[in-house]
Amino acid sequence: MRYTFFLYSDETAFADASQEDIAQTLKVYGTYIRALKDAGVFVDTDWLQPSMTATTLSLKDGAKKIQDGPFADSKEQLGGSFVIDVPDLDAALAWAEKCPAAQYGTIEVRASAMPEGGNPYAG
Amino acid sequence: MDRRSGEVRAKADKVARASYGRLIAILVSNGADIASAEDALADAFARALETWPRDGIPTNPEGWLVTVARNRRKDAAKSAAARTASGSLDDEDFILAERAAQTDMQEPDHFPDRRLNLIFACAHPAIDAQVHTPLMLQTVLGFRASEIASAYLMPGPVLAQRLVRAKRKIKQAGIAFSLPEPDDLKQRLAAVLEAIYGAYSLDWQNNQNCDPTQDISSEALYLSTLVCELLPDEPEALGLAALIAFSFARRDARIDQQGVYVPLEAHDVSRWNRFLIRRGQTMLAKAATFKAPARFQLEAAIQSAHCDRLHLGKVDWQVIAQLYAGLMAIAPTAGSAVGYAAALGRAVGPQTGLAALAVLEGEETKGFQPYWATRAYLLRQAGDFPHARPAYEKALSLTTHIPSRKWLENALENILHENH
Repeated sequence: MRYTFFLYSDETAFADASQEDIAQTLKVYGTYIRALKDAGVFVDTDWLQPSMTATTLSLKDGAKKIQDGPFADSKEQLGGSFVIDVPDLDAALAWAEKCPAAQYGTIEVRASAMPEGGNPYAG
Repeated sequence: MDRRSGEVRAKADKVARASYGRLIAILVSNGADIASAEDALADAFARALETWPRDGIPTNPEGWLVTVARNRRKDAAKSAAARTASGSLDDEDFILAERAAQTDMQEPDHFPDRRLNLIFACAHPAIDAQVHTPLMLQTVLGFRASEIASAYLMPGPVLAQRLVRAKRKIKQAGIAFSLPEPDDLKQRLAAVLEAIYGAYSLDWQNNQNCDPTQDISSEALYLSTLVCELLPDEPEALGLAALIAFSFARRDARIDQQGVYVPLEAHDVSRWNRFLIRRGQTMLAKAATFKAPARFQLEAAIQSAHCDRLHLGKVDWQVIAQLYAGLMAIAPTAGSAVGYAAALGRAVGPQTGLAALAVLEGEETKGFQPYWATRAYLLRQAGDFPHARPAYEKALSLTTHIPSRKWLENALENILHENH
């Protein structure tokens, strides 16, 4: 089953990150990604620009509304994600525990609701 | 770099490695806070690299560094604005430094070792427990925040921020760089040992990723031995140092050439480090004379019993099961209970081991990898292949350590063959 990890953390630590810091962070996540790949459970990952660069859009109130900034204004912001393929939630949690973000943020683990083989109407 | 400055750099590096914590401890015992002691020492090292190639390596490099660092602090206090980042000291300071180094600090024994005070401050109950280990690695051993962060698989800035906060807390809360009162010692020491144990357990993916982790988890051996030297009559400190020594003695045997995990009882003992094993046994024997068995001593005793295979030629599972029973009595964890069941299964028979495991079944073991790996093994020993297979699959799904995955994959494959 596919699980997505949403990684939430306080972005302030990265506010003055140097090139060296970025390289070290990539390396740390690289080790984790390599382990996911070696275990054959890796599907996808992304690392996002800080939440202050976010733009939100909605038509739900009738008119198009575009806003500068993230959807929710909270201390811990969405900073990245992983998608992995493992048998069950226990296995997903075992991997989430090893994710670097777990040590300094919060990981929301969500199972996929997509039908097997993807959305059948998507062609 | 010419030969001379290469030699000086090598000497400075050597002093840095061996004495970093001693020097920081001296500076903080003289009233500096950790952050300013670190800054002053970094300046002193920079000065050493400039002046030692020119004037020669001082008789007592440590004394020289401490004196220069102290003067740097006075300097900084006097006129923070007046000095530049690279800094400069007047000649008088250097004459003083050289004289100090040659006289009262000439004997290494004269150089008081205050590292224990520093270690206790790092693991003070007012400091967030998760920072104890990194703080110790930085202030006692001189690792950079980014190196420690890499060992934790954590981004550098996050750990750097925590370290800065912890040092500020030590300073602002007025945490003293003194040894705990005798009444407090046991409890305070427990936190210190826990922090060292934390450094020792930093080994996830260790062997496929020979990064600083390798270095840093091996520093646990150094730190645990250091605490025993500074506090020679603490049985649990000896127990932890023995435990870490046994574990390090076997690190080369733990993973084979194909990158597959090798269970302890299948290790090629010729790859064990006999010197470290003897050292562990000596420390454990000394700990036993205090007649105060506790967690680390029992864990070390279990490892020692495994190491006895070196002489006995086989593992005495009965002894190991008894030690696990003792461990469960004083430190009841899912880990010790699973260890007990595994040893019992080997000592008595797989059904007995499975019965001991069945008691544990529940919420706590649902996602606990050692439970499933042990259950799978015992079911297979019992010849119950239809149940062993899903247990192996469950264990494999919970395994994030790649060499262990390979080992479980092999076991699973063997079962499919045996089943036919």
